[in-house]
Amino acid sequence: MSERVYLDNSATTPVAPEVLDAMAPFYHTEYGNASSLHAFGRAARNAMEEARNSIAELLGVAPREIVFTSGATESNNLAILGTALASEDRRHIVTSTLEHHAVLHSADWLESRGFEITRVPVDSTGKVDPDAVRDAMRSDTLLVSIMAGNNEIGTLQPIGAIGELCRERDVPFHTDAVQAYGKIEIPMEAIDMLSVSAHKLHGPKGVGFLYIRKGVKLAPLLHGGGHESGRRSGTENVPGIVGLGAASRLAFADRTETTARMLRFRERLIEAILKLPGTRLNGHPSDSLPHIANFSFEAIEGESLIMKLDEHGIAASTGSACSSPDLEASHVLLAIGVPLAMAHGSLRISTGRQTTDDEIETFLHVLPGVVAELRAMSPFKVGE
Amino acid sequence: MYTDRVIEHFRQPHNMGRLEDYTAIGKVGNIACGDVMWLYIKVKQNDAGEDIIADISWETFGCTAAIATSSMVSDLAKGKTLEQAIHLTNQDVASELGGLPPIKMHCSALAADALNEAIYTYLSDHGRPIPEELAKRHEHIAKSVEALEKRYEAFADKSGS
Repeated sequence: MSERVYLDNSATTPVAPEVLDAMAPFYHTEYGNASSLHAFGRAARNAMEEARNSIAELLGVAPREIVFTSGATESNNLAILGTALASEDRRHIVTSTLEHHAVLHSADWLESRGFEITRVPVDSTGKVDPDAVRDAMRSDTLLVSIMAGNNEIGTLQPIGAIGELCRERDVPFHTDAVQAYGKIEIPMEAIDMLSVSAHKLHGPKGVGFLYIRKGVKLAPLLHGGGHESGRRSGTENVPGIVGLGAASRLAFADRTETTARMLRFRERLIEAILKLPGTRLNGHPSDSLPHIANFSFEAIEGESLIMKLDEHGIAASTGSACSSPDLEASHVLLAIGVPLAMAHGSLRISTGRQTTDDEIETFLHVLPGVVAELRAMSPFKVGE
Repeated sequence: MYTDRVIEHFRQPHNMGRLEDYTAIGKVGNIACGDVMWLYIKVKQNDAGEDIIADISWETFGCTAAIATSSMVSDLAKGKTLEQAIHLTNQDVASELGGLPPIKMHCSALAADALNEAIYTYLSDHGRPIPEELAKRHEHIAKSVEALEKRYEAFADKSGS
């Protein structure tokens, strides 16, 4: 195996060197607890507040509206459970069928506790219709949660329009922006809560934030020392937060060039892969996150495809049931109506800021052989 | 998560493809649930007049474990008398591969089932007596196929498969 090619950046990304450099002192020289009064503590707190200020400025919001968490799962749980638990009489939540499990399973849990959930369906490209969200809203709706861009197929949601109609009804609107943050323009004026994770944009794992618009009522999930203005107790992960700040600045600084490059990769992938027999694009052809492209291959199974690509040093992922811990095919692919057999044969390619043209070409060079090899083993023949 | 043996058989599978002059075929699995295995056998008589699996091959749609177990079951059955082959179990297949992750054990069951079905088909096609154990397993396999088809009915309609 010569060069390794990493095309699984929606799973996680490498920490950028400048991000790691920014974090390092807070592990071994400026290691104070941000709550301590002494110089060690002050240095940590200052660095943390600098990260908060950076992020707030990039989003055009107030620093106090940024709450640091352990990552997007916690942010999504805090947004959904926190709002539900703070609600006095409202019992209803609107979400969609293709949200991340951190949103869907939080909603499921609330449902098992007596809350009511409406899961709005999506069309065959994965789009939520704002009118369907409007129709789903009730007088006792306490929250609407619709993701900004899908992590498996990349489809963008009309979050501006959905946010506006939530505003009209005075219902808080949460969006899971894990894949969208730092990649696309986010209409913050329409959003009340926004979940972000650092490791999806070349920051460290185990840290993220939840933007909470001033005035949104939310019960904390973690109780203790009253950190983050009582909204999230627990000693702050200062090096992680510094890394999240640095990664955010980095992503926003050259966002135009980076996303233009990613879009070019995406178009190249779509053009080349759809030329192969028995393939389809899952998601929206153009209204998509720039870094995600999802395909299905007839007559082959996705886990085998991942393992074959891995043999060639190429890392990607699949929504196949065989690759999931519960042996269920991707709920996202099923939600957009991909037939089960094709959902088993799905392949997600996701690029990062480090991805090169050469890597895309290496992958496209290897792919047809690998697909042919697996199809030769299959009892199903393409085109029959 | 996979043993070296599994990876080895996945990367260089044995007896892969469609046997041109097969005498019986065993088809198991369901594309909707992600695994389908077709096992071809060519039965001949040895010098002692016993039926043996002279040649065997397979075609599989499935994950790494499904392909590795297809390869392994074909190795284990090749050259065996039908009498011996009937007694091959999914445990035999899995342990020859150095074990499978618990969640993938059903793939080894699929491989043993495919062999069972191929032998069953051969014996019934040739009007031969079917050992009780084999008939029981055949019934069990048919039932689970039916259950699968029911479970995936809604999806199968959509996929047209």
